[in-house]
Amino acid sequence: MSSATLAAGAAAPRRGRRPSIARERRWALWTSYIALAIFAVGFLIPPYFELVTSLKTSQEIGAGTDPWFTQHLFFGNYTSIIHNPQFQIFFLNSVKLTIVVVCVTMVISVLAAYALARMRFFGSQMFATGVFLTYLVPESLLFIPLFKELANLHLINNTWALAFVWPTLSVPFCTWILIGYFGSIPKELDEAAMIDGASHLQMLWKIFIPVAMPGIIAATIFAFTVCWGDFLYPLAFLFTSKQMVLTAGIVSTLIHGDVLDWGHIMAANILASAPPILIYAFLMDYYIAGLTAGATKG
Amino acid sequence: MAEGTTDVPIAGYSAPRPRAHGSALHRMARRRSTTALLMCVPLFALLAGFVVYPFFYSIYLSTLNRDMTRFIGLFNYQYLLSSNTFHLVIFQSCLFAITAVFLKALIGFILAHVMHNITGPDQKLWRGVLLLPWVIPPALSTLGWWWMIEGSYSAVNWLLQQVGIHPIAFLSSTAWARFWIIMVNVWFGTPFFMIMYLATLKSVPDQLYEAAAIDGATGWQKIRFISFPMLKNIISITTLFSLIVTFANFDIVQILTAGAPANTTHVFATYAFQVGINSGNIPMGSAVSLFMFPILAVFAIFILRGVTRRTREAI
Repeated sequence: MSSATLAAGAAAPRRGRRPSIARERRWALWTSYIALAIFAVGFLIPPYFELVTSLKTSQEIGAGTDPWFTQHLFFGNYTSIIHNPQFQIFFLNSVKLTIVVVCVTMVISVLAAYALARMRFFGSQMFATGVFLTYLVPESLLFIPLFKELANLHLINNTWALAFVWPTLSVPFCTWILIGYFGSIPKELDEAAMIDGASHLQMLWKIFIPVAMPGIIAATIFAFTVCWGDFLYPLAFLFTSKQMVLTAGIVSTLIHGDVLDWGHIMAANILASAPPILIYAFLMDYYIAGLTAGATKG
Repeated sequence: MAEGTTDVPIAGYSAPRPRAHGSALHRMARRRSTTALLMCVPLFALLAGFVVYPFFYSIYLSTLNRDMTRFIGLFNYQYLLSSNTFHLVIFQSCLFAITAVFLKALIGFILAHVMHNITGPDQKLWRGVLLLPWVIPPALSTLGWWWMIEGSYSAVNWLLQQVGIHPIAFLSSTAWARFWIIMVNVWFGTPFFMIMYLATLKSVPDQLYEAAAIDGATGWQKIRFISFPMLKNIISITTLFSLIVTFANFDIVQILTAGAPANTTHVFATYAFQVGINSGNIPMGSAVSLFMFPILAVFAIFILRGVTRRTREAI
């Protein structure tokens, strides 16, 4: 209304045409909701379609009826995929490897980030820049020499090969955002601890990790996502289904089976996507903070 | 900086004995940097062993012949540059990366603004819903897309038939296959742009928009003269970053088409995979991958510049 009173004298004839700020805001709000709803529907179509397919019997999928709805919910795909020994191996391998790699990643990045953020030494600045640059190295640039390197180390077609190569995808970014988080901790804290006679490891363990917990959580989520969802490395380095992990396993093994049972595949797909979705549902704020910190802090 | 502020109070205790003070400080600094280096050793070993070494190894491999028995110089590169398939790969990679990144940035920009209009718990809910494509591992969601569009009995074709359009063999036609590859990538990557822009928009002071509104600025003018300049830096960082990731993308193309029809949808990564892993020609595959490097390096330098500038502004 303030604009109306201010402009009353000068622009009286325009009052009818110009909407007030309040009305403009209301209008903006409604168009925003409509636009969001349209995009949300568009974004949700593929996951919805996977879900519907996973709830159909193979007869219904083959019958050529409406692919977007199902007459009755059928949970048989889920029970049979859970009891499928191949799927169990994939899942177990994924869980095993992801846990190991996330732990390794956090140890390496916390140590390095602490040193790079707090204890400047000769070349530390350059080293931090180098860490950031390796974050920009895409996996598709190096998978072929890595294939040869792993073959030389006799690690081809061995799940544990991923424990060596996956950290290269997760560590640079985790170190980078932790440098930012550690760097933002006030120096008075470590001065106080130092006067009390704390060693560096004690300072790291008792001050930096607890204070930078949001950053640690964001980094952990990032490491988890990268490992759980990686497709190229397992596809290139693993061949047999005993060694496979979920992503490459579902795509290469279940598809090339004798019968293409899409209900099964989609059920496997949804079960494999569930862990990241659940983690995001509960820890989204941490993740977003970490993601945006990656480009702004450091 | 860190030394300067942290060492002073401790050094103060030994002030009465200047000579000992100097050597103690010296020893301290030496011990500190030794500890620091030790803490960086795991990181250094990892990056040296599985990033730096493979990179140089890759250059070496690319100069060998197919059986890796003989040095043949730059022949692999020469061969690729004269091959028609590789020309298609370069064209498709650029077309894919530029179109997809442009669309992602544009839709992400719109969505961030739209989202910014909504406040409170509602915003969190919508943000969560729109972030979903980014959360699902791309290999798995692309498999769902494939099943949705592949073949004449696919779900998309079923919809088309309902409105009287004949089924289209989407993934057997070059143009349609390219369209869907870009589409899936945009679907997957837009939430990233949205989140980055939204976070930056939140840091833009509301007073700027209020002042503009009082001055009678239209919505477009607000975007053009406030949002855009304020977001300029983050737009360039995210765009360059996404150009790298999209340019080097593997999952989506591999699962949707694996290069078909007739190698017209190959990007660098999938072509390198076909040549290097599927056909077992490791030197040639290395050469294909390495062709990406100059382009990626240029983008990386610009990103680094943007990030450093941002950090300096933040301080």
